[in-house]
Amino acid sequence: MNLIQFFVANRIEVAELTLEHLRLVGVSMLLAVLAGVPTGILLARRPRLEKPVLGVANIVETIPSLALFGLLLPVPWLGDRADRLAILALALYALLPIIRNTYVGINGVDRAILEAGRGMGLTDRQLLFQVQLPLALSVILAGVRVATVVSVGVATIAAAIGAGGLGEYIFRGLAMVNNNLILAGAIPAALLALTADLVLGLAERRLRPDASPG
Amino acid sequence: MSSPGDGQTVIEFREVHLSVNGHRLIDELNLTVKRGERLVLLGRSGSGKTTTLKLINRLLEPSAGQVLVEGRATTEWDPIRLRRGIGYVIQEVGLFPHFTVERNVAVVPSIEGWARERIHERVQTLLRLVGLDPTLAGRHPSQLSGGQRQRVGVARALAADPPILLMDEPFGALDPITRAELQSEFRDLQQKLGKTVVFVTHDLGEALFLGSRIGLFDSGRLAGVYTPAEFLNTQDPNVVAYRCAFRGFGNGL
Repeated sequence: MNLIQFFVANRIEVAELTLEHLRLVGVSMLLAVLAGVPTGILLARRPRLEKPVLGVANIVETIPSLALFGLLLPVPWLGDRADRLAILALALYALLPIIRNTYVGINGVDRAILEAGRGMGLTDRQLLFQVQLPLALSVILAGVRVATVVSVGVATIAAAIGAGGLGEYIFRGLAMVNNNLILAGAIPAALLALTADLVLGLAERRLRPDASPG
Repeated sequence: MSSPGDGQTVIEFREVHLSVNGHRLIDELNLTVKRGERLVLLGRSGSGKTTTLKLINRLLEPSAGQVLVEGRATTEWDPIRLRRGIGYVIQEVGLFPHFTVERNVAVVPSIEGWARERIHERVQTLLRLVGLDPTLAGRHPSQLSGGQRQRVGVARALAADPPILLMDEPFGALDPITRAELQSEFRDLQQKLGKTVVFVTHDLGEALFLGSRIGLFDSGRLAGVYTPAEFLNTQDPNVVAYRCAFRGFGNGL
């Protein structure tokens, strides 16, 4: 049976695993954005926190993914469900690029713009929401984009702890020494990553402050 | 120097000192600004002109002494309220690049909660006032020339009709022709509106042209305050030095 025949014969299972994969990545990205963007904003306001916070996020980033999944397994509640655990681990990986880009994006806003805003009597909050965040948005999105693409890849490893997703095919293929099976997981995963990259890249370009007005 | 009780003093510096990280930026500054005057702060880079300006809208606070605006120390003002009553124009303009011209001019009126219709009318009036075609309202700052941007900056500072304008080398980055144009238009505008203006420059020609009085700064100290005529004739060594430097550049003085 060649690869195309495999996809046709197993189209429902492929679709299911792809959706599962999307869910792992989507939910973890949502969590990472919800935690990472406010953290980045905090760092921009309290530069003293930059080193320790980015340091911790950096260390998390260096833990091999398989090891992180394994380390989190005995944690109560979290270890009860594999997908829950996988989502948390993926979110942890996504934190660093999102925090860092939020911080860099906000800090990169031209000082003259900030001074003009402050001089006109904008409050810190108005400055943040009307000026800094909108101007940093494309940089923040670039961080989300990197995190998402990486996360699509790392999520295949989540199958090792039974969290499902396209990694199922890859691990099954490895166990059975079946290249078609490996490719059946790897190709849709690569397509997912490319699509996410493309879509987020387009959004990033549209949100760039110097982009032609639309 | 006038007493603060005559009802005409808008801004007053009383024995103001400012040190930041052990560096003395402003030393023993005493200065009074009257309603409707154009006070130019002149001096070389780092002499304390911009610092003095920022003490007025409380972007900086004095280490000692007091800065009074409308008779009240800036440290007793709510900084947000204080700043909304003071127009501020800087050399880099600092327009918000993601806002249209209209929204840029409307920043203070909108955070002050003006009605939409009133804001729109105000923006149209202001653009005409600073010599801009109101059809530019929908453009973004990146689509304007340097001179147009600085005009928008002036319009934005005037938006909520503040009685005081602070201007930090607003025309410094413009080509000489555009700069001369804006200088004379601005002088007419100020005379029409009667705003109190504190204007920072290092350009002697600009100071003589725009100032009703000129305050000369040297290394954080106010060396003296002169009318333009006095400035040209005094034998005060600080002033003489400044005049000579400009004559040396063949600046037509």
